[in-house]
Amino acid sequence: MYRETQIIKDASQVSPTGGDLEGANFDDMVINVGPQHPATHGVLHLVMTLNGETIKKIEPHLGYIHRSIEKMCESLTYRQFIYVTSKMDYLSSHMNNHCCAMCVEKGLQIEIPPRAQVIRVLMDELTRLASHQLWWGAMAMDVGALTPFFLAFREREMINDIMEETCGTRLTMNYMVPGGVMADLHPNFHKRVKDFITHFKNKIGEYDELVTGNVIFQNRTKGIGYISKEDAISYGLSGPSARGSGVQCDIRKLYPYEVYDKLKFEEIIETGGDSFARYMVRMKEMRESLSILEQLIDNIPEGDFQAKTKAVLKLPKGEFYSRVETARGEFGVYIVSEGGTTPYRIKFRSPGFSNLSALDHMARGSKIGDMVAMMGTLDLVIPDIDR
Amino acid sequence: MTKEELKIKLTERLPAASFDESGEWLNMIIPPGNLLQAAQLLRNDPALNFDYLFCQTCVDFKTNLTMVYHLTSTDHRQPVVVKVQLDRNKPEIETVSHIWRTAEFHEREVYEMFGVNFLNHPDLRLLILPDGWEGKNPMRKDFEDPVNMIKL
Repeated sequence: MYRETQIIKDASQVSPTGGDLEGANFDDMVINVGPQHPATHGVLHLVMTLNGETIKKIEPHLGYIHRSIEKMCESLTYRQFIYVTSKMDYLSSHMNNHCCAMCVEKGLQIEIPPRAQVIRVLMDELTRLASHQLWWGAMAMDVGALTPFFLAFREREMINDIMEETCGTRLTMNYMVPGGVMADLHPNFHKRVKDFITHFKNKIGEYDELVTGNVIFQNRTKGIGYISKEDAISYGLSGPSARGSGVQCDIRKLYPYEVYDKLKFEEIIETGGDSFARYMVRMKEMRESLSILEQLIDNIPEGDFQAKTKAVLKLPKGEFYSRVETARGEFGVYIVSEGGTTPYRIKFRSPGFSNLSALDHMARGSKIGDMVAMMGTLDLVIPDIDR
Repeated sequence: MTKEELKIKLTERLPAASFDESGEWLNMIIPPGNLLQAAQLLRNDPALNFDYLFCQTCVDFKTNLTMVYHLTSTDHRQPVVVKVQLDRNKPEIETVSHIWRTAEFHEREVYEMFGVNFLNHPDLRLLILPDGWEGKNPMRKDFEDPVNMIKL
């Protein structure tokens, strides 16, 4: 039976940055990590209360890159708002666009052509690989290994080139539109993806040799940042971070969209609950993504890449919610429509926001040096948290 | 569990709730006073076991503020949407952050963006807005900022 946690209002809950210091323990040291700090990978501001080297509390301060995308979307049409969403989780921009396009399609009850479905899944998996590669490099750099960063970028560059050819941009693609995808695949796409698969299959073993088996790396991540299955669920963790604690939460398996129900792939679950388990989930997920690419690349159906839609989209009155699995976890779009051409209210459920809320719980009681290993394996992307 | 089965189970246990089945998932509307009781029941009843709060937000309908809780279970996977309508002039509601810990962050976001006061919340402070923010809540429909807001 799950026990409810007590609401405590004691001295440790008093804000170290403001408010009254009455009853505060002056032996504690308060340090700021960020807003500009290389380990936060963006403008995240963490106020840490330390006792010696032990973390007593971590308080995230957000908003340094908040662009109020939800409010902005209220004045954009259903075609326009998708372009803003690439800028939230810039490493999963295809999946963000995908989710928004799916939500609009759900409202308009558009069936998208099989070719578009396969293209979408291919793009999603390529993005997931690129994102995991960047994470792998950056995470290894956080814990002190510099070489992986260059290796990861070597492979990621190939994916970026594929994206550039077909979508026109390398990072914020804006490729998915309501009804399908914006343009057909570039003639080189098939060959380049094939090349990439062969190349990366040889290289992924190198990743394991270099980092996974490394004793220093294992010492820095095993047993660090432990979160139990119950807590992971309660804190709303999703994606690889939750699957490292043994929570089954892959949206691709649980609520399949597009062609995911016809594909053969495993949902990676690790039960360790620590940073190393979360690391292993992502490493194994890369292999699964490769296998999905292999299954699809030779089986792209012919036909239209976009369903016929009206020039002006009007969603019927009601509420629509769609969810996809991004590289970081579950991404959801909640649209409240009053029947007009713009959404009345839009809410983006971003995986990073919920994942960050668990950081304080994970970090309490551990040493300050382990904090980067925890943040690294949570795979935080700050614009995704701030929106 | 299907939507219909869930509705039968919920009607038995929560007589104060009313239902709306028009959407993809079951919508449950409950009065603000009953939220805490309903939340505890949804979380702790073994037959319901809604342990995963995957989205919590608020919608400003101009006549009222509606809190929206998207819940699901890692057990039976049938989501439910809980809605609570609040008075727009004095929005107050019990916190659920001790039941689903992720709500602590989400409630802080709703607090600053919509001005909803969460009773008994452990740490109700500004999260995204800068310290010392005064004035209206940005996500409300009547918020105007002539300098920083771009309208198309």
